[in-house]
Amino acid sequence: MGRARTIARRSFLIGSAAILGGVAFGAYFVTRPTPNPLLEGLADGEAALTPFVKITPDGITLIVPRADVGQGIASTQAMLIAEELDIDPATATLDPGQPHKAYFNGIIAGESMPFPAWDDGFVARTVRDLMMNVARLTGSQFTGGSSSTADLHESLRMAGATARETLKAAAARTGLARADLRSEDGHVILPDGTRIAYTELAADAAKIEPVTDVTLRPASEWTRLGKPYQRLDIVAKSTGTQDYGIDVALPGMLYATVRANPGRGGGMASYSPDAALAMQGVRSVVEVNEGLAVIADNTWFAFQAAQALEVDWLPPDYPASSAEMWQALAEARTEEFQNSRLRDDGDVEAALNGATVIEADYRSPALAHAALEPLSATVLVEADRVQIWTATQIPAVVRDAAVEMTGLDPSQVTLHALSAGGSFGRRLDHDYVVQAIQIAATMPGTPIKTTWSREEDMTHDFPRPMHMALGRGRVGNGRVLAYDLDSISASLISSWFGRIFVVPPGADTMLVWGAFDQPYAIPNYRVTGYAAPPMMPVGSWRSPGACSNSFFHESFLSELIHAAGADPLEERLRLIADADSRRVLEAVAEMSNWAGADIGPGRGRGIAFAHTHGVPVAEVIDVTLTERGIRIDDVWIAADCGTVFDPVNAEAQLTGAAVYGLGHAMNCELTYENHAVQQTNFDAFEGMRLYQTPRFHTRLLGRAERVRGLGEPATAPAAPALADAIFAATGQRLREMPFNKFVDFA
Amino acid sequence: MDLTINGSSRTVDLPDDMPLLWALRDGLNMTSVKYGCGIAQCGACTVHIDGEAVRSCQVALGDVWGEITTIEGLGTPDALHAIQAAWIEHQVAQCGYCQSGQIMQAADLLARNAEPTDDDIDDAMSGNLCRCGTYPRIRAAVHAAASAMREA
Ligand code: FES
Ligand code: FES
Repeated sequence: MGRARTIARRSFLIGSAAILGGVAFGAYFVTRPTPNPLLEGLADGEAALTPFVKITPDGITLIVPRADVGQGIASTQAMLIAEELDIDPATATLDPGQPHKAYFNGIIAGESMPFPAWDDGFVARTVRDLMMNVARLTGSQFTGGSSSTADLHESLRMAGATARETLKAAAARTGLARADLRSEDGHVILPDGTRIAYTELAADAAKIEPVTDVTLRPASEWTRLGKPYQRLDIVAKSTGTQDYGIDVALPGMLYATVRANPGRGGGMASYSPDAALAMQGVRSVVEVNEGLAVIADNTWFAFQAAQALEVDWLPPDYPASSAEMWQALAEARTEEFQNSRLRDDGDVEAALNGATVIEADYRSPALAHAALEPLSATVLVEADRVQIWTATQIPAVVRDAAVEMTGLDPSQVTLHALSAGGSFGRRLDHDYVVQAIQIAATMPGTPIKTTWSREEDMTHDFPRPMHMALGRGRVGNGRVLAYDLDSISASLISSWFGRIFVVPPGADTMLVWGAFDQPYAIPNYRVTGYAAPPMMPVGSWRSPGACSNSFFHESFLSELIHAAGADPLEERLRLIADADSRRVLEAVAEMSNWAGADIGPGRGRGIAFAHTHGVPVAEVIDVTLTERGIRIDDVWIAADCGTVFDPVNAEAQLTGAAVYGLGHAMNCELTYENHAVQQTNFDAFEGMRLYQTPRFHTRLLGRAERVRGLGEPATAPAAPALADAIFAATGQRLREMPFNKFVDFA
Repeated sequence: MDLTINGSSRTVDLPDDMPLLWALRDGLNMTSVKYGCGIAQCGACTVHIDGEAVRSCQVALGDVWGEITTIEGLGTPDALHAIQAAWIEHQVAQCGYCQSGQIMQAADLLARNAEPTDDDIDDAMSGNLCRCGTYPRIRAAVHAAASAMREA
């Protein structure tokens, strides 16, 4: 049993509380008690402010606070509770709950520290624990960083077990021993076979001390977890009946859209609403953050009128074009902008001095998240209440923004958290919600749905930052001897934290994620991060930092291995000691029958490895040169996220993340002219389409000690594995994404 | 304007040049029809007119030439169409936002071609984007639905 588990166990505090007509159970991580949302709920007479499990005579509600943006975490959370609670989760109501400190994310802060996830040394552990406390104190509740399962898998099962045992205790009050009772399918079973529904026991359970001496069932006893099961939202999502943030409909609702400065961050010198106001169905034009909004009777009217607005935009104060932006990055590779050197093994300078140095430059472009559902939020502002319907990864930040903007008390703000049609990190910002509140505040009493057009969504993304790198290295005796990587980008952490919280002190470790934290033991090995001056505001894009750095790091490693004349798989294995990492490389070799990169004329095989979000992933890709261009035939993925709770969905996350990584590497970039994004819709930003989709072969090893999430890890190694395969097939090294600038794809 | 949608007649009072997509979504609150791009690039807005898959963002209300079918007209949670059953069996959806369009496109394909090859599926379905990357399961589900429909 690992240390992470011990720590988590020790800091559990289990509680229960009476709510109107029922009982609610929660398990909190605390060393100092977290304010109990159950009691707040009581004071307000509001039964909804409860963590995790709520049982009333009418039914069972499971609180699933992490946002489902497509990764299936609503189902996983429910399944974790249900496994211990002994209910069919399909019979329960799922509720994302209201933002609350009890739902803070304890893992993610620890992952931002300057230690690789595979480093289990004393210092790394101590700092991670410290950061856990910081997260607890700040109550940061958010969904991201592939952290949900890692963070909640014990506390949710604990909440289920506590509820189950307390319900049994309630049933045992008549003199029976709790140990003699069983539970099954939402019922306590007495020794004589009598079945009492949980819902009948709720009121009694609320009156007794919760049973806290519960132990979690071992995996061998699980009946749901770890086995193929159906996502709870799958029927709705296959019948058009799932409600997304963009689908909200309220009586008397009006529709709005936004037209913001295409140069993000620039102001507005002047504008004329007249032409827009004269158009059909238009109610008003209002000022919002970053620009203007049109309120109309239909989204289409609003879209049309937004185009008719005459605005004189002011330029922001960063470089205006992609060429100038790349130039600014190149110029930041100086001591002044050096931000971190989190790996510095051996003596790189000495090893390179006087040797034949291999050098290569790499570039990774800005990318939009471009979730298929454009950003949207519906808001109803009333004198003593604000209601917000939207999909967000940062519910507490949204709630706090509403409080600040309206002057109301947090208890007067209701967030109806809805499913997202994708996110990929975009909904870690709430600019679209703030605008929707501004818009609705101009018409108190009228609900207004604000929807961004696809063009607005692409133009005003907080994109993946442009990122570049310079690799220098040396090989000899068939081995990689020295490896030096300079990684340069504007700081994503400063940009995002600056918008959402405050800029944290210290190095931006994310700028070098996927590079400094890789488990290679190269004798002379150095990774230096340079934080260029801020440019356009940027954000977390699926596997932030690593989605660019892994391309640089693995591509350059492949170049060195090739120069050394070694086998790309064998040399990686020789350089890696970490057992979990070695295992995924060995697994992917076995799955793909690895026998080198040469798989015959007109074909090529590539490999890449990345350790991101605590998950080692190895990918092998085969390509064939066809008359129409390069075709990706097969992709093998081996990964280890520890215990797999939801295998069908886990496989979907591996393949989906790889499709995301591959599609963007093939054909997507955002470029800038006059500060404006040039690619404003899917005609210029396609990603992968079905005809380009390869066969996937996946394996999850389930051997790693710590449980980790899978939303992101398979993204990062996809691009370098593809570049490596293209090199094997064509002899051409692609050092810049997207690859379709240099080769055609079939 | 009078429309026939999923077998029922509906009336909307909206201009002729409004895309059918927005008449359905905002005018009639039929939000299963999704907006993704507005320029025929993503397929999220796919519905049938007289049985043929069309991008509702590209059809002006005044040009609607026949009966409209949305995914609700194909099947419902209580009465699934074979394609929806296959989509559920293969757990295709991630975020699910593209899937109404994917399923309506697949229904068009399978109405014309009872036994599509991988190439047929590629040709028919490549106009429908899935940003979550559910393509491998879409392929599998189309094959499964085709064989279920042949046996039915
Ligand atoms: S919204 Fe019609 S094709 Fe994208
Ligand atoms: S399932 Fe998310 S876009 Fe297809």
